[in-house]
Amino acid sequence: MDESVFKEVRQLAAETFQTEEKEVTADSSPDTLENWDSIQHLNFVLALEARFQIELSAEDMEGARSIADAVRIVEARISR
Amino acid sequence: MMMSSSDQRSHVDRLIADGKPLEAEYEIAQLWRSDPSSAAFVVSRYKLIRSGLSLRPCKVAIERSFTLEPLENVCRAAAFVNGIDVTLRLGPFNAYAQDMLNPESGLYQFDPDVVFLAVLTSDVAPELWTWSARTPDAVAQGLMQRVVSHFQQLIETFRAHSARYLVVHLLERPAYPNQGILDNQTLVSQMAIIGRINDELRRLACRQKGVYTLDYDGLISRVGSLNWRDEAKWEAVRLPIRSEFHRLLAQEWLKFLHPISGRIAKLVAVDLDNTLWGGVIGEDGLAGIKLGKEYPGAAYRSLQQALLDLRERGLLLAVCSKNNIDDAMEAFDKHPEMLLKREDFAALRINWNDKVSNLRAIASELNVGLESIAFVDDNPVERQQVRSVLPEVQIVELPENPTQFESIVRNFPAFERLALSEEDRERSLYYAAHERALELRSQSKTLEEFYHFLHQRVVIQAITPLTLTRVAQLTQKTNQFNLTTRRYSEQQIQAFATRSGWRAYTIRVIDRYADNGLVGVAFTIDSQDTCEIETFLLSCRVIGRGIETALLARIVEEARQRGMRHLKGRFIPTKKNRPAHTFFRDNGFAPLDETSEGVAWQLDLQRGNVPWPAWIELLEAEATV
Repeated sequence: MDESVFKEVRQLAAETFQTEEKEVTADSSPDTLENWDSIQHLNFVLALEARFQIELSAEDMEGARSIADAVRIVEARISR
Repeated sequence: MMMSSSDQRSHVDRLIADGKPLEAEYEIAQLWRSDPSSAAFVVSRYKLIRSGLSLRPCKVAIERSFTLEPLENVCRAAAFVNGIDVTLRLGPFNAYAQDMLNPESGLYQFDPDVVFLAVLTSDVAPELWTWSARTPDAVAQGLMQRVVSHFQQLIETFRAHSARYLVVHLLERPAYPNQGILDNQTLVSQMAIIGRINDELRRLACRQKGVYTLDYDGLISRVGSLNWRDEAKWEAVRLPIRSEFHRLLAQEWLKFLHPISGRIAKLVAVDLDNTLWGGVIGEDGLAGIKLGKEYPGAAYRSLQQALLDLRERGLLLAVCSKNNIDDAMEAFDKHPEMLLKREDFAALRINWNDKVSNLRAIASELNVGLESIAFVDDNPVERQQVRSVLPEVQIVELPENPTQFESIVRNFPAFERLALSEEDRERSLYYAAHERALELRSQSKTLEEFYHFLHQRVVIQAITPLTLTRVAQLTQKTNQFNLTTRRYSEQQIQAFATRSGWRAYTIRVIDRYADNGLVGVAFTIDSQDTCEIETFLLSCRVIGRGIETALLARIVEEARQRGMRHLKGRFIPTKKNRPAHTFFRDNGFAPLDETSEGVAWQLDLQRGNVPWPAWIELLEAEATV
């Protein structure tokens, strides 16, 4: 996992789910973060798109259900 | 030297921790412009500092047929950066009809200042999206009727339950008509019917006060429907708009929020060199500056056209430039491609003083508050200086490339107006007359002599259908001579007129130089033997000539005729209304009590009186029509 991508994803996650960055880990998911509901999930996906200037597919949106998964999906899109 | 968005965020947080909200606000705005993923951060940090900023509040409801949740933060962030604190309610998904038709719904309980009704063509009329070449004309007509009546019912029901503003998104057209080029070869076609529905919606809106339309199809065509749509998000979560364009929609909403919340620019102060023309007149000379119909002068000419259009909309223009006045005037008077003439400007500050002093001088000369001034200057250093000393001034951020100047100015939301009154269009003339009157005042031996020389004639009458727009506008815009600073929409004022004991006065002033139009408004309410002044305001361009006394004298006289014993009034202090704070005392009122709602004053109508100023002539209403 690319550390710089992880840091940026973590920052956006903390902002979107309104929590401290230190509360967000690679394992964070809708089960562990209180504000990670379906609406904030959409906002999170859109923030990732805007920050990394990528476009995520419906499968990507479904797949990004943890920070580690989100980082993996972003990395795959960036390297393309 | 660009900071990473992560560093920018830490910088903002440091400034907030250090108790520097104004600096933090500037950095947040920079971040918002450079980082498209910053909406959540911008909103959360503004919440921390907003109490230290003078933001205009605005309650916004969005009724929609599709997913707009991500627009909440985008809209709030864009509004914050533009000086507006938005409280937003997003109606339940695709329940706009229920919300608007049911008077008990969450929408009406929220009681917003403005409602945006955002419905997609494919949601309100799927048949329009699945149009076939075999659709008979009669079916098409019926469909059109159905859609229009649906909107008509929504608009009329809304108006029955609420006096607030309503903005209806017009319907968008598909990128490709279902029948290809055939669609354009008939009069009853997919594209044509959508266009005709939009015409009907505009007609419906024009018939109701406070109902407006937003050209959603026009907004999409600015970037193109193929770019606009995000099919993946549409199919997955019913969000049809590509994320990079969410800001464009928010910006279009902002254009309504600015005039509705009163956060508007009334005056545009522009620089000259490299702004109104390319090059430096003092160095390049008349023949050397770039201005004309071709590259590179065309960009500057287009900006001049945009400024002229603002002037036609009723905004004042002023020049604020470091230059030799003779050089600048030569450009205005002799350059064949200059669209703007020196008469187009209400004030000229062309000298070697700094821009801050010149902006202050313009503000005081024209009686315009600094927060109502927009500053247009190509030089980022000048902009920064103005911003740091006069944070109230609205800064138009010009990019480096002059070909973008025009569109930046045309897209600046504080220049928007919801209605155009005759007064607006002629205001620049009044200000020219005002300047002459100022000159005259310095020549008159006494103030009284000056008043007599002005030869003021006034008409005092109730509100008429023709003056309603202007009256509402005055309540929304008048800051200085305004005793209670209560802002009202046309619909609210119409509603007041049905209350018993309620009276409205308007005053129109004609003087030696100009017909100043309708410049003052007062509302009073009778309760038993006391008449209370609910609103009393006067446009700043006629303050200090006895007009306010004349209006008060009329209210006093009529109250006495109705058998009232007391005339009560209240002065609610704001940052702006200092010019009115001695008004009641000056006219013989006695202080009653002081509360958080300001000081109450009272005049005993049996003992006290407010005499009519001898130098003002009262005209009959009919005589002037």
